[in-house]
Amino acid sequence: MANVIKITKGLNINLKGKAAAQVSAVPASKVYGLVPDAFWGMKPKVVVKEGDEVKAGDALFVNKLHPEVKFVSPVAGKVTLVERGDRRKVLSVQVEAAAQQAYVDFGKKDVKSLTGEQVKAALLESGLFAFFLQRPYAVVADPNDVPKGIFVSAIADMPLAADIDVVLKGNEADFQTGISALAKIAKVYLGVKPGSSLASTKDAEVNVFDGKCPAGNVGVQINHISPVNKGEVVWTIGAEEVVFIGRLFNKGVADFTRTIAVAGSEMKTPQYKQVLVGAIIGDIVAGNVKTDKKVRLIDGNPLTGVKVNEKDFLLAHSTEVTAIPEGDDADELFGWIAPRLNDFSVSRSYFTWLQPKSKEYVLDARVKGGHRHMIFSGEYDSVFPMDIYPEQLVKAIIAGDIDRMEALGIYEVAPEDFAVAEFVDSSKVELQRIVREGLDMLRKENE
Amino acid sequence: MGLKKILDNLKPTFSEGGKLSAFGSLYDAMETFFYVPNETAKVRGAHIHDAIDSKRSIFFVVIALIPAILFGMYNIGLQHYQILGEESTFWCKFLYGLAVMLPKIIVSYAVGLGIEVTVAQWKKEEVHEGFFVTGILIPLIVPVNCPLWILAIATAFAVIFAKEVFGGTGMNIFNPALVTRAFLFFAYPSMMSGDKVWVNGNYIDCINGAPAVDAVSAATPLGQLAAGEAVTASPMETIIGTIPGSIGETSVIAILIGAVILVWANIASWKIILSTFAGGALMAYLLRYDGAQNFEWWEQLTVGGFCFGAVFMATDPVTSPRTEGGKWIFGFLIGAMAIIIRVLNPGYPEGMMLAILLMNVFAPLFDYCFVQSNINKRAKRAAK
Repeated sequence: MANVIKITKGLNINLKGKAAAQVSAVPASKVYGLVPDAFWGMKPKVVVKEGDEVKAGDALFVNKLHPEVKFVSPVAGKVTLVERGDRRKVLSVQVEAAAQQAYVDFGKKDVKSLTGEQVKAALLESGLFAFFLQRPYAVVADPNDVPKGIFVSAIADMPLAADIDVVLKGNEADFQTGISALAKIAKVYLGVKPGSSLASTKDAEVNVFDGKCPAGNVGVQINHISPVNKGEVVWTIGAEEVVFIGRLFNKGVADFTRTIAVAGSEMKTPQYKQVLVGAIIGDIVAGNVKTDKKVRLIDGNPLTGVKVNEKDFLLAHSTEVTAIPEGDDADELFGWIAPRLNDFSVSRSYFTWLQPKSKEYVLDARVKGGHRHMIFSGEYDSVFPMDIYPEQLVKAIIAGDIDRMEALGIYEVAPEDFAVAEFVDSSKVELQRIVREGLDMLRKENE
Repeated sequence: MGLKKILDNLKPTFSEGGKLSAFGSLYDAMETFFYVPNETAKVRGAHIHDAIDSKRSIFFVVIALIPAILFGMYNIGLQHYQILGEESTFWCKFLYGLAVMLPKIIVSYAVGLGIEVTVAQWKKEEVHEGFFVTGILIPLIVPVNCPLWILAIATAFAVIFAKEVFGGTGMNIFNPALVTRAFLFFAYPSMMSGDKVWVNGNYIDCINGAPAVDAVSAATPLGQLAAGEAVTASPMETIIGTIPGSIGETSVIAILIGAVILVWANIASWKIILSTFAGGALMAYLLRYDGAQNFEWWEQLTVGGFCFGAVFMATDPVTSPRTEGGKWIFGFLIGAMAIIIRVLNPGYPEGMMLAILLMNVFAPLFDYCFVQSNINKRAKRAAK
């Protein structure tokens, strides 16, 4: 029987426009783009030239710090553009898809007969290693580290997030192969929902997490199972990315087809779409976005995602594309004292507590208040289910006090762990940005 | 909408480079008072936010104070006419109280907000709404006969030296409203200390600072206790609040209504309120009078500023501990210390103000203990 861990703190935000469990394919985009910014903490070195022909699985850029970590093309075709921004920063590497898809053949392998080193080498070669994130710092993993564990969360409880059951449907065998492959590198910990069919996954320690968002955050799960101490490293990878790994060994190709949710109150028909990493957002949401008001498209969920427009490319780790009202033309009169019956709040000064739990909310992108110093205490703590004092940690980061950040547990967190706290904060502090800066600051200091 | 248009048209005048840019933060304050800012989330980070903001939270404290304010006004009139020995109607009493109270509220807000807006303008920040609570708390905890000019000086002192020098709302160490009272207490002791100055028969005359002709005094229960006299007010009277005292502090019922609002809206910490009463009750029981003064030990919690302090002062989120464990200790020690000062210190009949200010100093220490134990646990885990 799997270990059940109860998470008491947290908050489920019930947004309108959850994806219906129907999956359809998206017509192929003309151009696909791999965006280096999706792999945080990496310096890209482009290894192709405009005009080069690539197959799906050929490297487009590598990590300057660890050239063995490759970032490979999701499609076969011709490299059309290396898009650069200020100071020649690489924004994306774009590949025009060929009519006929061709994959680099990495060879089918039986995971059982491989060693950890062989698995790692196969992942590096095929570009799949790039999907590993590491704690500390929540950045792309370093292949020279020996992780004390690999953590996979099979719970997606952020608002509007793609349901893992739908995403993994039909990919169960690849998922198991992927987990077995990871187990060769280090001990694998899999976090699942109560009653999940994934509880029977082999080659992994399965823990059941029973609680509200952010119980599905892998950081919360690590903190409850095996917290990261200074000097230790753990790797994390998304459940759908484990499927990519399984495909590599079962089929011998790097196939980045994934099922994402296309959701949110401003989608006409929220649903699941089968897409390739790097597809154009506009192709994924084509004809599905409501046009009666200004809409914000988000690559990812509304708590942790990135604001994008239709011309952008789907980021590597994205499991959903969501659309919410922008709201910058709302001009709401006396909002600070009005009853605001349709708005959502954890505060009982609103009437959310009177509404049925099943009520779905349409929330726009407004911050809904002025930025203040932290005034009310305990707000972050009530939605931060880790053995860490979130407010004190954030203050240490703002002060730039490196010793104190370390002492308060910065090695255990990622910006996404503060997403719900950022939502409930009445002082409207940009917690995720601050934590990101703190992690980057510490990483620079320790290098 | 018309109002929005007017505000938008005025905006350039108040913006940087405009004619009235010196009043920019005042304009900002007005604009955000009317309209929720249309500012939307950045490219990265949470794209949706809870509807709560500090304006609403802080305004709810003012709402929670309304019962105490209204009762305080009525009680001013009641005490006035009682002392004069005249009969009067309910409305007459209330209007008399309103007439006494209103100038104090206006002075407190005008002085405090004036300073806040000036500082905000100087620092090029938004005006923070914290003073909306402080500004109404100040008239509620000063003696009825406090002259307005002294009130203005005390308010200015508190806002500048207890709040703005630390960085404004959210950064202060001491509760600014209590600093106002402490300032009066130590700078103008003739107005504040002793046992019979809390109330004075002829308030209106006192507003201008002129000594009241034929002033008649009434003693508060704590004043009587300190003087070793028998307490004249019955427990029922102290709970309803028809006794002399500072304007907002007398009615336990009105304060408890406020407490329910604050705790329900999650704005005040119930842990602090509960532990303050627990600490006060324990100490009052240990140091109880032996019945000679017709005063039960638990009545300590119903008289003076104990309830008001526990509900509205100790729970100030900025000056109380940030950790949940710290809140329990903080409250308990406030309650205990308030009673110790009352009973064991012959100089000060009332101990609540000093107890809270003292514990404001210690709040970071309580937090330190809890945060440090978390740090030690982590260090120990890493060393293994």
